Amino acid sequence: MRQPLLLGLLAGLVAALFVASLAVGPAGIGLRGSLAALVAGGDGPAPLILREIRLPRALLGLLIGAGLGLSGAALQGFLRNPLAEPGLIGVSSSAALGAVVAIYSGASAAFALALPVFALAGALLGVLAILALAGAAARTLTLILAGVAVSALAAALTSLVLNLSSNPYAAGEIVFWMMGSLADRSMLHVAIAAPFILAGGIALLTLGRGLDALTLGEDAAASLGIGLAAMRLRLVLGIAAVVGAATAVAGAVGFVGLVVPHLLRSATGARPARLLWASALGGAAVVLAADVATRVIAPERDLKLGVLTALVGAPFFLHLIRKTAREAA
Amino acid sequence: MTLLALDRLTVRRGDCPVVDGVTLDIAGGELVGLIGPNGAGKTTLLRGALGLLPAAGFSSLAALPAAARARHAAWLPQNREIAWPVTVRDLVALGRIAHGAPDPDHPAVDRALAEMGLVPLAGRRATELSGGEQARALIARALAQEAPLVIADEPVAGLDPAAQIATMQVFGGLARSGRGILVSMHDLGLAARHCTRILVLHRGRLVADGAPADVLAPALLAAVFGIRAHLEQAADGLVVQPVALAEAP
Repeated sequence: MRQPLLLGLLAGLVAALFVASLAVGPAGIGLRGSLAALVAGGDGPAPLILREIRLPRALLGLLIGAGLGLSGAALQGFLRNPLAEPGLIGVSSSAALGAVVAIYSGASAAFALALPVFALAGALLGVLAILALAGAAARTLTLILAGVAVSALAAALTSLVLNLSSNPYAAGEIVFWMMGSLADRSMLHVAIAAPFILAGGIALLTLGRGLDALTLGEDAAASLGIGLAAMRLRLVLGIAAVVGAATAVAGAVGFVGLVVPHLLRSATGARPARLLWASALGGAAVVLAADVATRVIAPERDLKLGVLTALVGAPFFLHLIRKTAREAA
Repeated sequence: MTLLALDRLTVRRGDCPVVDGVTLDIAGGELVGLIGPNGAGKTTLLRGALGLLPAAGFSSLAALPAAARARHAAWLPQNREIAWPVTVRDLVALGRIAHGAPDPDHPAVDRALAEMGLVPLAGRRATELSGGEQARALIARALAQEAPLVIADEPVAGLDPAAQIATMQVFGGLARSGRGILVSMHDLGLAARHCTRILVLHRGRLVADGAPADVLAPALLAAVFGIRAHLEQAADGLVVQPVALAEAP
């Protein structure tokens, strides 16, 4: 497919889903009412609901989906591996650990923004640990192993916190938080996450030329003038900012970064640079759609976004494994 | 014109020199074959010369800034990696990254496709081609880079005899058009027949450098490769056919 057509279609889809996200909710304000309330403003219940509840939710869906799709495409391109997932570098686990500590310590109950702030701190510590373990100029394999190690350590510490939690409500809250959700987020959450996701996203979007060159392998890419060490550092910091911030405000939203680049790869002619923009738009569409679906499927049950993406993503992942096995045979 | 100059180039792994004080010049118009047994340091020498490995001594190529180096020399690693199912045209266009963006509509891409006989395959997925076709597509990628020097690590390994000869003929044509070509290889027969000059690397040292007929002598083949070969000066070039292991001295 021609690139402008593909990006245009995806952008249209994202816009439609963004509007749908504004229009769906328990308050029963329809499409026209929502848009009118948002545009006209005022102090009535409808504008308030739109501004304080639905708009932040839609904005976070857009930002987080785009960030996860982009991170997945960048990491898959860099590793030349279609099974790579942004969680691989350990940042989402360490962000989750930070959030869990915030809930366990009671900080999040005392001060609502403690949770995303602790989670961001966790992500930062995670990426520092990875860079310290692997070195800024590490080879790719060392980097991934460091990510796996940090991820395992963060998961173990999260389990330890759950294990030691004497308060069953805190434990329950931790478990629910880790399922990932965009419900009841405010514009403050948007303000916390947006700068990191945008800065990280811009860093990742500049990697296109290097990712294209890596189609030929690391040695050939280096001979084409690509500085691999600088690129690796930018990739890790970019993914850490995006995934750390996304996890900090929404919890774990799995499979988006893995599945979206796959869905769009052949439509972009498998060119890694093209896949970056397409995956950003595709990720936004998937998360917005999944978030709308949680509200439509079970309006009264608070179905978690991360549960839905995993329920749809896991079978798709199995399909990918089977397809990869068939191609290898 | 000298396209590559190495002066006492040394690459160490730990304390042990893998490439030990190699000095040589390569000029436009030469097709230079780098031969030597496994572990002699051929790949290390090529990568050190390209600036892909830290090396002591001097390499005119490694001394250039990365962007200028990419426009001066095209590098074909041995593994022939094609990570994604891109089209042959998009693959060849990756050579243009040395000049900026990989533009598949650049005239140099069309020229490289035509030169390698890939025009009918331009729209095919590169990962679905045969090994010989992939090798040709990757050489076309190097041509699209429009670098005067092409360095290839075992470009004929794993190819069928026709593809091996065709590849060497392509390199010969490139050399005649004024480019400098440096290829490492194991096939002494192909090296003797197609290269204008042979370098012999043995335990990291350059032990011979000259025309195939001068270099590929029984004493050298026994000392460096441990083989006895049938050597015959045919009308159209030297024929080298390894026949047995050399007797221990």
